[in-house]
Amino acid sequence: MAIKMIREAILETIDAEMARDENVIMLGEDIVGGNGAPGGPEAIGGIWSTSTGLWAKYGGERVIDTPISESAIIGAAAGASLTGKRAIAEIMFADFIGVCMDQIWNQVAKFRYMFGGKSTCPIVIRMVYGAGFNAAAQHSQSIHGFVTAMPGLKVVMPSTPADAKGLLTQAIRDDDPVIFLEHKALYAIKGEVPDGEYLLPFGHARQVTQGDDVTILATGMMVGFAEKAAKQLAEDGIGCDILDLRTTSPLDEEAILDSVERTGRLLIVDESPPRCSFATDLAAIAANKAFASLRAPIEMVTGPHTPVPFARELESAYLPSPDKIVAAASKLMSYRQG
Amino acid sequence: MQLSREALLQAYRQMKTIREFENRLHDEIALGEIAGFTHLYAGQEACAVGVCEHLGPTDYIISTHRGHGHCIAKGCDVVAMMKEIYGSREGLCKGRGGSMHIADVNVGMLGANGIVGAGAPIAVGAGISAKSKGTVSIAFSGDGACNQGTTFEAMNMAVVLKVPVIFVYENNHYSEHTGVAYAVGAESILDRAGAFGMKTFKSDGIDFFAVYETMREVIEYCKSTNLPAAVELDTERYFGHFEGDPQRYRGPGELDRIREERDCLKVFRERVTEAKLLEGTDIDAVDAEVVALIERAVAEAKTAEKPKPEHVLEDVYISY
Ligand SMILES: Cc1ncc(C[n+]2csc(CCOP(=O)(O)OP(=O)(O)O)c2C)c(N)n1
Repeated sequence: MAIKMIREAILETIDAEMARDENVIMLGEDIVGGNGAPGGPEAIGGIWSTSTGLWAKYGGERVIDTPISESAIIGAAAGASLTGKRAIAEIMFADFIGVCMDQIWNQVAKFRYMFGGKSTCPIVIRMVYGAGFNAAAQHSQSIHGFVTAMPGLKVVMPSTPADAKGLLTQAIRDDDPVIFLEHKALYAIKGEVPDGEYLLPFGHARQVTQGDDVTILATGMMVGFAEKAAKQLAEDGIGCDILDLRTTSPLDEEAILDSVERTGRLLIVDESPPRCSFATDLAAIAANKAFASLRAPIEMVTGPHTPVPFARELESAYLPSPDKIVAAASKLMSYRQG
Repeated sequence: MQLSREALLQAYRQMKTIREFENRLHDEIALGEIAGFTHLYAGQEACAVGVCEHLGPTDYIISTHRGHGHCIAKGCDVVAMMKEIYGSREGLCKGRGGSMHIADVNVGMLGANGIVGAGAPIAVGAGISAKSKGTVSIAFSGDGACNQGTTFEAMNMAVVLKVPVIFVYENNHYSEHTGVAYAVGAESILDRAGAFGMKTFKSDGIDFFAVYETMREVIEYCKSTNLPAAVELDTERYFGHFEGDPQRYRGPGELDRIREERDCLKVFRERVTEAKLLEGTDIDAVDAEVVALIERAVAEAKTAEKPKPEHVLEDVYISY
C-alpha cells in the first residue's frame, strides 16, 4: 500500500477504469485545461488536478472538455450512458447543481424506473462540495441532503483516500446513476490506499472509533471533526462509536441501529442546515426504529439555517466544530430521564 | 468626442481606481491577508467605465464573479468594498458576501455573482423595471458565460418581452483556462446573439472612447425602441483566472505584450494628451489621489470591525 492524497486516489482510479474499459468517458469544464489557448491542452490539466494527464493518454474523444454548460454536460453524459458508454461527469462546484437540476432530477434519476427497468444509466456525477475555504454562499454548500432525497440516485461521500478509490471504482462500474461528492477540504488528506483493484460496495458504513457511550454519525469532512472530538471526550471517560456513513443512499441502517442500540445516545454531525436535511432523516430513522434504546433526546450538530457566509469568523461560526461536538456529546451524557 | 474636462477626469479616475484596487488586492492576497476566491478585473477597466459612465442610479447592472470593476464603475463605495473583501462587518455586505458577491442595489448594482450565466436572466427582470422608468438594464458577461443556457433563455426572453436590456459580453479570450476559440461553437458571440433577433454592436474594449461612443449609441437605441441589444467588447485580463492561477495556458510573452500594447490606461493617457484635452500633470494628480484613496481603503479594511459568531444569524427571517 502507498500513501496518497484523495485527489491522487481519484485521478488514479479514473485512469485505471478508463484503461480497463474503453466505454468509460469523462466530461467537464476545464478538465483538460488550456484547450483553444496558446499554452495548449493540458497546460492546466483540470482545476482540481483530478484529471491531469488523462487527455494526453486517452484523447479528446474520451476526455471531453466542455463549454460552461452544466445542463448539457449532464444531459450528454446521460445520453451517452443510456447508449453504451459509462460517463463520468464533473461539476466543478456542487453549488452549480442548480443549473443542471432538471437533467439530474427529472432525467437521470428517473430513467431506470420510468423506462420499466429495461435500461440502465451508468453515470457518475462527480461534484466538489463543502465549506471551509471562505468561498461564500455560492461555492461552499453541502448538497447531499437533497440528492439523497431523490429516488433513483446513489450518493457517495468518501472521507479517506482508500475509500475514495474503493467507492469510485464501484461507482464507475455501477449501472445506476451515482452522485460522487468530493469535499474540497479533503483533497489533500493523506492515507494508505490499497494497490491493484479495490472495490467497496455501497451501503456499508466504516467504523471509525469504538465506544459504548455515544454514537456519532458523520460524513465527509465531519468525520475528522468527530474524531478530534472523540479524542477529547475519551479524556473525560466518554467512549464514542463513530460511524462514517460513506454512502447516504443506500444507507447502512443496520450499522446505525446496532450502534444506537448499544450506546443509547445518538449525535448526528452534518455540515448542511438543519431543516428537512440528511441529519433530520437520520434522526427520524433512529427515533422510529431504535426508540426503546434511546436514553436521551437525539442531538444534532449542523450548520445554521442560513446560507454559508464569507468572513472567516462567520464561516467558522457556521460550521460544526470539534468543540461543538464535544459539547453536544457531553449534553447527551448529562441527560437524565425523569 | 463630446466629453467635458470634468467627465474625462472622472472617467480616468474610475479606471485608475479599479486598476489600483486590483493591483493592491493582488499584493495583499499574495501576503495571505485575504480569504476566499478572488478574480481580478485589471486590464478590462475601459469596459466597465465606458459602459457605466452613461448610467444613473436607476439604470441597473448585474455583474459576474469578476465584479470589482463593475462595482466601482457603478459607484459602489470603494472603502466599503475593500472592507467587504477583508471580511469585515463594516463591509458593503457585512462580510457575508466577499469578493464574489459584492452588491449595492441602492446604486443600481445588482451584484457580482458566483454562478456563471446567472446574471443575464436577472437583468431581464431589471429590464422590466427599467422600461417603466425610462432607463436600461445591463448584464455583464464573459465570453465563457455566453455558452450557458441561462444566457440563451435570457436573450430570447428579452426579445420576446421587448425590454431595454443590454447584454455586454466582455471577451477576454478565456473562460478560466479554456480559449474562446474552443468553447464558442459559432463564428462569433455576436452572430449567435444576433440570431435571437437583437441588434448587435462591437467595440475595442481597450479604448475607453470606443466603448463610450458605442454604448452611447446602444443605450439611445434601447431607450428609444425598448428593445434589447448585444455588445461585444474585445478586452484583456492581466491576472490569472483567480488569484493563485499560474497562467500556464497563456502563450509565451502574451502577458508582457498585452501590458505593453493593450493597456487601457496607457491608451487613454495617450489619447487625451495628444488631443490636448488634458495635461499629463492633470492625470498625475488623479493618480496620486487614487493611490491615497486605495491606501486609506486598505488601512481601514485591515482595522475594521470583524463579525462575531452571533452575526451569522442576522438577516434570516427565522432561526431554527
Ligand atoms: C454555473 C457555473 N459553472 C462554472 C463556474 C466556474 N467558473 C467560474 S468563472 C468561469 C469562467 C468564466 O469565463 P468567462 O465567462 O469568460 O469570464 P471571465 O472569467 O473570462 O471573466 C467558470 C467556468 C461557475 N462559477 N458557475
